[in-house]
Amino acid sequence: MSENRLTNILVPVFAVILGIIAGAIVMIVSGYDPIAGYSALLYGAFGDRYYIGETIRQVTPYILAGLAVAFAFRTGLFNIGVEGQLIVGWLAAVWVGVAFELPKVIHLPLAIIAAGAAGALWGFIPGFLKARFRVHEVIVTIMMNYIALYVSNAVIRSVLSDQGFKSEKIHPSASLRSEFLQSLTDYSTLHYGIIISLIAAVVMWFLLEKTTTGYELRAVGFNQHASHYAGMNVNRNIILAMVISGAFAGIAGAMEGLGTFENVSVKAGFTGVGFDGIAVALLGGNHAFGIILAAVLFGALKVGALEMPSAADVPTELVDIVIALIIFFVASSYLIRLVLTRFKKEGK
Amino acid sequence: MEYVIEMLNIRKVFGNFVANDNITLQLKKGEIHALLGENGAGKSTLMNVLFGLYQPDGGEIRVKGKKVNIANPNVANDLGIGMVHQHFMLVDTFTVTENIILGSEPTKGGQIDIEKAEKEVRELSERYGLAVDPKAKIADISVGMQQRVEILKTLYRGADILIFDEPTAVLTPQEIQELIQIMKALVREGKSIILITHKLKEIMEVCDRVTVIRRGKGIGTLNVSETNPNELASLMVGREVHFKTEKQPPKVGKPVLEIENLVVKDSRGITAVDHLNLTVHAGEIVGIAGVDGNGQTELIEAITGLIKSESGSIRLNGKEIRNLTPRQITETGVGHIPQDRHKHGLVLDFPIGENMVLQTYYKEPYSKRGILNFKAIYDKARQLIQEFDVRTPDEYTKARALSGGNQQKAIIGREVDRDPDLLIAAQPTRGLDVGAIEFIHKRLIEQRDKGKAVLLVSFELDEIMNVSDRIAVIYEGKIVAIVDPKETTEQELGLLMAGSKRKEAGVSS
Repeated sequence: MSENRLTNILVPVFAVILGIIAGAIVMIVSGYDPIAGYSALLYGAFGDRYYIGETIRQVTPYILAGLAVAFAFRTGLFNIGVEGQLIVGWLAAVWVGVAFELPKVIHLPLAIIAAGAAGALWGFIPGFLKARFRVHEVIVTIMMNYIALYVSNAVIRSVLSDQGFKSEKIHPSASLRSEFLQSLTDYSTLHYGIIISLIAAVVMWFLLEKTTTGYELRAVGFNQHASHYAGMNVNRNIILAMVISGAFAGIAGAMEGLGTFENVSVKAGFTGVGFDGIAVALLGGNHAFGIILAAVLFGALKVGALEMPSAADVPTELVDIVIALIIFFVASSYLIRLVLTRFKKEGK
Repeated sequence: MEYVIEMLNIRKVFGNFVANDNITLQLKKGEIHALLGENGAGKSTLMNVLFGLYQPDGGEIRVKGKKVNIANPNVANDLGIGMVHQHFMLVDTFTVTENIILGSEPTKGGQIDIEKAEKEVRELSERYGLAVDPKAKIADISVGMQQRVEILKTLYRGADILIFDEPTAVLTPQEIQELIQIMKALVREGKSIILITHKLKEIMEVCDRVTVIRRGKGIGTLNVSETNPNELASLMVGREVHFKTEKQPPKVGKPVLEIENLVVKDSRGITAVDHLNLTVHAGEIVGIAGVDGNGQTELIEAITGLIKSESGSIRLNGKEIRNLTPRQITETGVGHIPQDRHKHGLVLDFPIGENMVLQTYYKEPYSKRGILNFKAIYDKARQLIQEFDVRTPDEYTKARALSGGNQQKAIIGREVDRDPDLLIAAQPTRGLDVGAIEFIHKRLIEQRDKGKAVLLVSFELDEIMNVSDRIAVIYEGKIVAIVDPKETTEQELGLLMAGSKRKEAGVSS
């Protein structure tokens, strides 16, 4: 047991270290100084109050996206649709933020709930199709991503603006921004969303580990036949898992719409946060607290990388390659697991 | 004396667990040598070492006197060692010949020479009296035939030493007799056989010598002619074992389960249960005897609500339960020890403790207002683990880590503890050793004596004869006969299971 747990912690740590080494090799081969590059990365992520604020802001949607992927995964479903659920959540949050003028205690929660509901709806559709017709959720969620992207763009153009490229700014009563947090972090874009995402992590942990609902979801995830035998409604649980997963993703969108940007604009492509959520969940071992740590790493990489071109002359393309390498090694953690077990065997 | 295989002081260690502790097994040429041991005793490990799947940590293997290093199954094949696996490894949509040549196809000009292969397969089949049609599709032939294809596969690859891994588990009594003839024919032709089994009757009938292992240790090798089942059983288990389960005459009460004209279709839409009638009373054990695939699985799944039935009636204590949900049926008072404990019985990746409340987790005290009460859950688990002698490091260990017998004990504990009026036990002792079987039979009889109805489905006639108060023989989805175990014989049951009418079976009804 404890040996397993140790492996579970060692694997992601090794993955990150390998990714960093591989990134360094790429930098050396391309004629750049990896030490300067990584110093810039580190400085850009945690170097001063402003950077720390930016990193935390970036970590916020990553946590929620990671939770969304992990929640479905624990129930045996692969939700590739977090990106789309995030986009509709973002749209719904901004819509509520723009369309109403209410006291903050009502307006802000309402906007977040709207985002969660939109994401949940976007998750319900593949969940329902899976439960009712056994349509594979991966296919449906991928397609739902495109539907979300283009529907959202169309709504922004025709409803939220007059053929413009972005919506109006949301009313302050729906905003997550805080002057206090901004002043604390040298006017970064840090907002209260981080608290919501941390609460969401606790909610996910509690729901899965401590409730009968979570017991059912986990049972269905591990063994549908035994769950059916035990009298659980397998189809209901599949739908429920996708709905809750979608709600997490939708709230991730609200973080962007109500906090980071305070509006929603026409997107040429995906935000990538939803897809990174898959890697975050994977690295975090699909566990709520592991996901927080993984999200911190991803947020730090993303924000810190912005510093690499200016401080270490590493071109942005190379930065993207280095980040991709780290993700690659995380995603191929199976390989690392294999090497570790082999190593252990031979040690004996 | 010439030994074709000598495994000398074989030691195999997994982590801290010694699976094989200096076991010695010597196989003479032309003998049938039984390898006897409980589940988890280390039989499979030892054979996997011989077959090259595991490397031994100590000891040596000699084939025909020469020391060898069997690095992988290919080396084993080259040395003439073949394994007839318990779970057949056949491609259903291929013909017999195609399956046999798979991996070593004879070619002619870049094309598979199927005619040559068929001829060879036919010759082999005739030589050993296997009566296999080389052109038949695997999907169309019986389980017994499929096993012969597995045997042919090893012979085709030139095996002189055949390892049979629990070969009779899936066969009818008649098929078992035929298999015994085949094994005898094989040794007559100069082959040598290692038979892995925990069935003492078979050893007495067919084997020349037997090596007993217990908890990883070699207990010794005996000549079968100089021993008896009782001695073997106590050597294997390490204590006295009672074969006949002691039981009082049943106190039969009112009908608990009444099935009338039940029709169930299988997953392919073919009628599997065909207007079946059956009644099980309180205080009796009704055993369903039948060859696998005659509607037993569908019958049980229909009673427990796992699949929908077409028509008919299933009443429990007079209440119609047909096509209710599994939960409704469970709550009405049905306990179910499922046939496939890994598929249905357990969530293998859950701790054993959480598996103990698989049907009751939503009830108090295990949860309250949707919040699980782990203290209550694990208290219950500890109680059941102790009561039903489930051997596990602790209640937090994943069910997957337990041995089959202990998994089964856990399921039985869970089902019995819910105190159901009807307990359905499907193949409750499949793959278990005599110690665990004895334990499980006692528990079933205990339920009966408490006035519960027990429905037992098993392919083991011994079990059916031993435990049941009445035997219902199922054939092609119908109950074709109800017999008294005290007044019937295995031969009669075997014939009834194969579809003979009672009169033909030589019984006056």
